[in-house]
Amino acid sequence: MYLVNYIKEVLSALRSLLIGMRRTLFYFTHHKEIITEQYPDNRATLKLADRFKGEVVMPHNENNEHRCTGCTACELACPNGTIKVITKFDITPEGKKKKAIDKLVYHLELCTMCNLCVYACPSDAIKMAQTFEHSVFDRNQLTKVLNFPDSKIMDGVE
Amino acid sequence: MWSISKIASLVHEWLSNTFSATWVTVFEMVIAGVLVISLFAVLGLILVMMERKVSAWIQIRLGPNRVGPKGMFQSAADTVKLLVKEGMTPNGADKLLFNVAPFLAIVVSMLLMAPLAFAKDFTLWDINIGVLYVSAISSVSVISILMAGWASNNKYSLMGAMRSGAQIVSYELSAGLSIMAIVVLTGSLNFNDIILSQADGWWIFKGHLPIWIAFIVFLIAVTAETNRAPFDLAEAESELTAGFHTEYSGMKFALFFLAEYVNVFIVCAIGATLFLGGWMPFHIGHWDGFNHIMDFIPSSLWFFGKTFFLIFLIMWFRWSFPRLRIDQLLNLEWKYLLPISMVNILLVTAMAILKWHF
Ligand code: SF4
Ligand code: SF4
Repeated sequence: MYLVNYIKEVLSALRSLLIGMRRTLFYFTHHKEIITEQYPDNRATLKLADRFKGEVVMPHNENNEHRCTGCTACELACPNGTIKVITKFDITPEGKKKKAIDKLVYHLELCTMCNLCVYACPSDAIKMAQTFEHSVFDRNQLTKVLNFPDSKIMDGVE
Repeated sequence: MWSISKIASLVHEWLSNTFSATWVTVFEMVIAGVLVISLFAVLGLILVMMERKVSAWIQIRLGPNRVGPKGMFQSAADTVKLLVKEGMTPNGADKLLFNVAPFLAIVVSMLLMAPLAFAKDFTLWDINIGVLYVSAISSVSVISILMAGWASNNKYSLMGAMRSGAQIVSYELSAGLSIMAIVVLTGSLNFNDIILSQADGWWIFKGHLPIWIAFIVFLIAVTAETNRAPFDLAEAESELTAGFHTEYSGMKFALFFLAEYVNVFIVCAIGATLFLGGWMPFHIGHWDGFNHIMDFIPSSLWFFGKTFFLIFLIMWFRWSFPRLRIDQLLNLEWKYLLPISMVNILLVTAMAILKWHF
């Protein structure tokens, strides 16, 4: 019985190895679909994977409005202290004080593109962009303010 | 028709007519040495290029495509880069051993080249114990790896070297036993005799199942012996940086690299000689017409064709399978390959005595 199991084991191992080799041989003989992007040459037509993460951005709509409520969840979620949310208090038309962001400061040079801030954000205010040509001559340029000047929070986002 | 052996004998004739016997020997040794070294260089260039292209194609990539047509000169450019790099010796290293190790590795590969039959009647050193010689010398290669690992004074190097020691010592057994299967069938340790015994069909066709098993065991064992993935624990770049050659740079690193590829070539050449008939053209029993047509393809082409086929097989392994852990590696050898090849050699012996093979 032991011997039978032994032989079975060897044969099934060989079989699975052959399955793997058949797959790689298939790729080897079907040299059509190439995933290599020849980057500087095809800069115009470059196609990045959907999950590629280049930097954190905050999308704004055409009225210069964003969705950030200034809750600082992203700041707390970031493992590197990359994000700093500076809040201020707006006076609503009814005369009440309301918390809003003044600046959402983002230090690109500290970011590891881990996506945790995007997960943490309760109101989908930030997302990952696909840009990756980040080289600059001055390090200060890597410290960015994500909300646009004079931008407001969108109506209905609490 | 021109053949390598004809050129060799012409050179020999010319030398004999021009110089005295002693000088002829000296000159011929020099020529052989230069030829072996240039074969090394060419093999290094071709095999590195081939590996990079094969790996790229298997992984749906393009591979090197910048230097020369389709990137074909990439490995030449890499060689130039390695030549101009500084070969450093770390401060805490054992200077002598550290610098000797890469040369030992390359010398072992050179020694292994001697008894190979590259073409019909063309062997550097036609000894009657070729197979024994090869298996004896190939076990010296572990010393160069141990030497490099120990002399580097680096934990990664030492661990890589120790793994490689355990690996080569154990896999040598099953490689030896599977080679033995052929020796039993031919009754000779001479490579040329073994090739001549395959004139009516290669052993892989004549030998039935036992030779198939021996061939598979041989392929697995030599992949392990040359430290290539899936058995590349000695280097295991994701665990040990680069294993035994972590501290090496420049040309000394290149020598290790070259030795690895030349070793691949040599074990594939031995495999081709033993199982696929070396330079022997594809013959089927007594179909003389067919055999005659096959004879028109030069014997050196047959030899290199088969060798490169096996090399491709080994590269294919490398890019298909994940690396084994050290305990899995030793399990595979001691629990599977060794018992299987021991039983197998009994089968082959029975087959040889009862004359069951063709
Ligand atoms: S992606 Fe990660 S590192 Fe970058 S800002 Fe977000 S949480 Fe911080
Ligand atoms: S970006 Fe999202 S998580 Fe960060 S402060 Fe604004 S709303 Fe909160």
